[in-house]
Amino acid sequence: MSDIKIKITDRDGVAHEVDAPTDMNMNLMEVVRSYELAPEGTIGICGGMAMCASCQCYILSDHELPEKSDDEEAMLAEAFNVKENSRLGCQLHISEEMDGLEVELAPEEL
Amino acid sequence: MIKTDILIIGAGPTGLFAVFEAGLLQLKCHLIDALPQAGGQCSEIYPKKPIYDIPGFPEVLAGDLVDNLMKQIEPFQPGFTLGERAETIEKLDDGSFVVTTNKGTKHQAPIVAIAGGLGSFEPRKPLLDNLRKYEDNGVAYMIKDPEVYRNKRVVIAGGGDSALDWSIFLADVASEVTLVHRRNEFRGALDSVEKVQQLKNEGKINLITPAEIVGLHGEDTLEAVSVRKTTNPDEVVTLEVDNFVPLFGLSPKLGPIADWGLEIEKNAIKVDTFDYQTNVPGIYAIGDVNTYPGKLKLILCGFHEATLMCQSAYQRIYPDKKYVMKYTTVGGVTGFDGSKKEAPKAVVKSIN
Repeated sequence: MSDIKIKITDRDGVAHEVDAPTDMNMNLMEVVRSYELAPEGTIGICGGMAMCASCQCYILSDHELPEKSDDEEAMLAEAFNVKENSRLGCQLHISEEMDGLEVELAPEEL
Repeated sequence: MIKTDILIIGAGPTGLFAVFEAGLLQLKCHLIDALPQAGGQCSEIYPKKPIYDIPGFPEVLAGDLVDNLMKQIEPFQPGFTLGERAETIEKLDDGSFVVTTNKGTKHQAPIVAIAGGLGSFEPRKPLLDNLRKYEDNGVAYMIKDPEVYRNKRVVIAGGGDSALDWSIFLADVASEVTLVHRRNEFRGALDSVEKVQQLKNEGKINLITPAEIVGLHGEDTLEAVSVRKTTNPDEVVTLEVDNFVPLFGLSPKLGPIADWGLEIEKNAIKVDTFDYQTNVPGIYAIGDVNTYPGKLKLILCGFHEATLMCQSAYQRIYPDKKYVMKYTTVGGVTGFDGSKKEAPKAVVKSIN
C-alpha cells in the first residue's frame, strides 16, 4: 500500500493536494471524483472509456506520462479547450512515477 | 394523445427492462427518447464495447444487450416516441400526468418513470462567440434534410463517422464541401475514411487538416468562416460558405427534467429506495438518473430499481387489488400480443 501526492487545481482555480493510491487500480479521473473536486455528473460522464472529454485536464508539472492511446488522441481531437498539455484523466493510471504530479481541470463543456 | 399505464422517459437498458417487469403485471408502457434509436448510451456511445457484469452473461456487447432486451419486451408491445425530448410535465385533476415533447407529442399516463440516464443527448457545440446568432441561419448541429444543402457551399467540422459520412453524402448534393478536422487522422469506419480520401483526390471534397474553425461571419446569415491551420497558427484563412455543420458528437445533459420540480442532488434525481419514487408521488426515477445513499450507476442496479418501481406503480394504479409476485418459471410470460411462453409441463407416466 503506497500513496502518492497529486496537486489538483479544480475548475474554480482552487488547488488541492490529495493522496492517491497506486494499488487500487484507479485513474486520475476517479481520484478527482473520490475527493469530489468536481460535481458528480460533470466529470467522468462516459465512465472512463475515453468517449467524452469531461475529465480533460492540463498537465502542469514535467512528469513523463504514458503515451496517449489512439482513443485518447481521437477524443482530444474532438474536445474543446484543448491545449498542448491536455490529457484525459481517465486514461492516466495512478502509478508511483506520478508522485508530485500537478494538474488543472479543464473547464466544463457547456 | 398517446395513453399508457407507465410512461417511461429514456429507452436505455433500465427503461427497456421496466417494460418487461410492467408487462408481467399486465401494465402497458410507452417510451420517449431523444435519440432516434432505443438503447441509450449502450447504443449511442459504446455499442461495440463488452460488458462483463450483467448477471448470467460472462460477456455481452452493449449493442447485443439492447437487442436482447428489445426481444425480451417484444410480447409487451411497448410504444416508442423516438427522436423527441420530453420537455414539460403537467398533472391533471385525475392525478395522471401529461408529458409533452419538444415536437409537441403529448403522452398521458398515471405513472411516469424517468429512466433518463445521464440526460438527453445534445450536440456538442464548438466554442465560438457568435455561434448562437447563426443557429438556423446557416449553422446546424445535425443534418435532418440533406436537400437544404443542395447547391450550397458547406463546411463540415469533425473527425468521426458522422462528419465523414455526411461529407461523402453531401459531395453529390452541395456545390462545395469542405471538411475541417483538428487532426490528419479520422476516427471512423475504414470504408468511410477511404471514400473521403478518394473524393478528396477527385477534388469533390476540400479537406483542410489539421485545422479548426475559429470564427463565423455574416450580416444576418452565415456568409464565411475563418479557418486556422494548427500547423500554422498565425495564418487564418477566410472561407466563403453558406452552411457550417459542426459534428462533434453528442453529450448528455439532464435538460428540461431538471425543471420538473423534482428534488435534484449531484445532477441526479433523489428517490426513496423503498420504490424509487421521487418527491412527486407518481413520478419515479430509475437507473443512472437517480441518486440515493449507496447509489451505484450500474445496469444491473437499474434492472432491480425498475422491478421494484413496477410493483409500486401497480399498487398506485390498483390500490384495492391484492397481488402476489409470481415467478416466470411458474406463471410463464403472457404477452399483450397473445403470445404465451411457459415452462414445458413434466411428463407423468408410469414405468412398468
